Amino acid sequence: MNFLSLFVLVPVLMTCAMFLCRNMRQIRAAMMTGASALLALSVALTFMFLGEREAGNAAEMLFTADAVWYAPLNIHYSVGVDGISVAMLLLSSIIVFTGVLASWKMSVLPREYFGWFSLLSIGVFGFFISTDLFTMFMFYEVALIPMYLLIGVWGTGRKEYSAMKLTLMLMGGSALLLVGILGIYFHSAPEGGQLSMNILDIARNRIPMSAQYLFFPLTFVGFGVLGAMFPFHTWSPDGHASAPTAVSMLHAGVLMKLGGYGCFRVAIYLMPEAANELSWIFLILTGTSVVYGALSAIKQTDLKYINAYSSVSHCGLVLFAILMLNRTAMTGGVLQMLSHGLMTALFFALIGMIYGRTHTRDIREMGGLMRVMPFLGVCYVIAGLASLGLPGLSGFVAEMTVFVGAFEHTDTFHRVFTIVATTSIVITAVYVLRMVGKLLYGTVQNKEHLALTDATLSERFSVVTLILAIAGLGMAPLWVSDMINSSLLPVVEQLMR
Amino acid sequence: MDYSNFLTMREELSLIAVMVILLVYDLAASKKALRYFQPVACVLFGIHTLLNIVPGAAAESFGGMYQYTPMMGIVKSILNVGTLIVLMQAAGWLRREDTVHKRGEFFFLTLTTLLGMYFMISAGNFLFFFIGLETASIPMATLAAFDKYKRQSAEAGAKYILNAVFASGISLYGMSLLYGTTGTLYFDDMPVAVTGSALQIAAFVFFAAGLFFKISLVPFHLWTPDVYEGAPTPVTSYLSVISKGSAVFVLMTIFYKVFAPIAAQWQGILYGVIVVTITLANLFAIRQKNLKRFLAYSSVSQAGYIMLGVIGGTAMGMTSLVYYVLVYMVSNLAAFGVIGAIENRTGKLTFDDYNGLYSTHPKLSLVMTLAMFSLAGIPPFAGFFSKFFIFAAAAEQGYYVLVLIALLNTIISLYYYLLVVKAMFINKSDAPIGAFRSDNYTRISLAACSAGILLLGILSVVYDRISLFAYGM
Repeated sequence: MNFLSLFVLVPVLMTCAMFLCRNMRQIRAAMMTGASALLALSVALTFMFLGEREAGNAAEMLFTADAVWYAPLNIHYSVGVDGISVAMLLLSSIIVFTGVLASWKMSVLPREYFGWFSLLSIGVFGFFISTDLFTMFMFYEVALIPMYLLIGVWGTGRKEYSAMKLTLMLMGGSALLLVGILGIYFHSAPEGGQLSMNILDIARNRIPMSAQYLFFPLTFVGFGVLGAMFPFHTWSPDGHASAPTAVSMLHAGVLMKLGGYGCFRVAIYLMPEAANELSWIFLILTGTSVVYGALSAIKQTDLKYINAYSSVSHCGLVLFAILMLNRTAMTGGVLQMLSHGLMTALFFALIGMIYGRTHTRDIREMGGLMRVMPFLGVCYVIAGLASLGLPGLSGFVAEMTVFVGAFEHTDTFHRVFTIVATTSIVITAVYVLRMVGKLLYGTVQNKEHLALTDATLSERFSVVTLILAIAGLGMAPLWVSDMINSSLLPVVEQLMR
Repeated sequence: MDYSNFLTMREELSLIAVMVILLVYDLAASKKALRYFQPVACVLFGIHTLLNIVPGAAAESFGGMYQYTPMMGIVKSILNVGTLIVLMQAAGWLRREDTVHKRGEFFFLTLTTLLGMYFMISAGNFLFFFIGLETASIPMATLAAFDKYKRQSAEAGAKYILNAVFASGISLYGMSLLYGTTGTLYFDDMPVAVTGSALQIAAFVFFAAGLFFKISLVPFHLWTPDVYEGAPTPVTSYLSVISKGSAVFVLMTIFYKVFAPIAAQWQGILYGVIVVTITLANLFAIRQKNLKRFLAYSSVSQAGYIMLGVIGGTAMGMTSLVYYVLVYMVSNLAAFGVIGAIENRTGKLTFDDYNGLYSTHPKLSLVMTLAMFSLAGIPPFAGFFSKFFIFAAAAEQGYYVLVLIALLNTIISLYYYLLVVKAMFINKSDAPIGAFRSDNYTRISLAACSAGILLLGILSVVYDRISLFAYGM
């Protein structure tokens, strides 16, 4: 039993435990144990990984394990991590942990809720540890489908419409992706050679150019749908707005990162020549996402919609950075995944807490909340500042690296699109400050809001955890960025090939 | 005559033994002893299944009329398991006052059709194949009309027999043309004489049309929704998995063997049939209000997916097809098991009746959800694996566009499968179906199906085992 497989085993046990739990206390105990175990595992993994690297282990993937699964197709269950997956695992475990805390008071069908929630976690963790395309794709889909019921049953607003839209669009993406994966698989070896699903093996064998031209766009768009790439982002605002708090956190915080991670790990890493040739098309699309998402956020009045569109913008920046195809920008892209994951989770957690008290998410009906609930107010301001890239918080580090990397390109096309994308920083400041100002300052709009209480203990715990992580990333980014940067070497070498 | 020829027909003989015992039991036993008919029948059939579960060595008898390969053994075992589950799920319906006196007939007729399918599978000669086809078809019409006092059931029986006879006729016409152009009826001798002349292509089309009827591929699917809706639910589930499963396997073996020289032609035809079948069936399924009709269209579209395993003509295609049939069988039987259990107690069959089912029947809802997710191809359930492999089999031969079309269709199918899940979990109802305890047969069969859905994919042993015996064109 490999150490990494525990990341799948723990959520599996959590799912099974939900069948046995009899009351809320047991459910909470089981979920908390599982989530803490995952957090502890990922912290331990980070230290082990850094230790191995320190000791000079320069292998591309560490802690690998491999077991033949479907021998006739040479499908393996193979796991392994590099710096990027370690960072993603750390992010996922933090969000799952805080997500459990954020749904502490779930009263409607809690067993089922946490059961689907755990199933979702299986998919997320399994995806980040897999190095086999089939296993990866399987976990990817495992992560998608629980969203339907989580939004459909426990959501708010137009939940049935949103749940169906989200599920069908994401599954549509995965349909394209599956064709891409099959194409990669059947071109993974020269004529007559042993076909392989293993990412490292495929990367060593060059996929023919004609196949790359065909399957790169399919794979990239397939993952891009989950990464909210324009024009396939429309599921995101509706889905996030209707989902219950913890699900929004997990979805925007982690699941959308599956898209970015997949684009980079599968599409670009395995088909570098096509990536070099075709990246301009997707740069235009993702550049549009960045600006369009930010502009749309200005117009919204629902707190969740504001944050959902801001997610479109920020996740667009992730793909934008990855498509710059150089080491600095890609490092920035991964940092942006981490940073966006943390701060969007914080946002959604806070919005959930505020909504739970005021029962409205419309910023026109709220105001002056800082006076009523100072703790939540201050945290909201911090989240906002992280979002608009204040130095010292994670957003600054990520965006800075992305744009520095993007400016390394000297041709007009890249320059123009980089400059267009940088305008999003300004637009972000507009909608964040407008939202914060309207929501927290000024006079209290509704007299009933004066009687509201501030955050409870479990809420504070979850929020503080996220803020610490954001600040930690912002103050001491180097160890993470070094870990990511060194892991990017094989990808960059592929691109130079 | 050399009687040792019969020894290769081990499975057929043991099935006939079961049938004869049950027939005598039904005739001779006193009314009191007949109370044990259901358990005895299930146990006997279970023994038959177990006895034949290990595939034997390849053999042939009667000068090549009857053939046996380990792959055929596996397919027969799969059909056996499916039939056993159907027989168990039929218990509740057979115990009803209006059917209890016909219980013996139900078993005898069902097993006769199964025997016919065995013959079809093992045929090495078109004549033998035709006998099997008819043995499988005619009792099926009787079964469809089993609830004869119900107008729909009688109508289903009539529709089925007319369509089946028509299909058999067309098929027979194709066979006669083949005989005319090749001078033989034996599968083994035919390929050398198949040259792809216009008459032979016509013969192929006629022959294939008959089988397409049986599998209900578009445009030969029109009987499916009416018969599925009208027939008693256990019969419907039997039709949708066992009958269809045997027909697709037979179609594949004949296409691979007899029509290998004109592969380019039938691959072209099949390409069109698959695209039309999957798309049309999916679009029609969306509009259904009755669950049995809905599953009828869903099974038409599933048949289209199954054909993806045939089109490549490879060993991988054969493995994927047999595996797909197995997975489709457990998933569909789980769905029909739930529908049958509820219909039996309450007579309710529409989507609206299932609103809020989770509040009163959490277990049945979960099984139904498993079945729907598996049919839609959602991991970690078995349906995902079977879909993946069948797509891989088609992609291996370069049918990427076809795979893409099929995959986009899975999105449509996901939509309507989710509608069932939505009804049970999300929709609210003032009067959900009341709580009841289903009988033990249903519980055991549903548990078996759920275990199949959960484990067949995760454990690769079944797929590996099937792939050992697969062969290509």
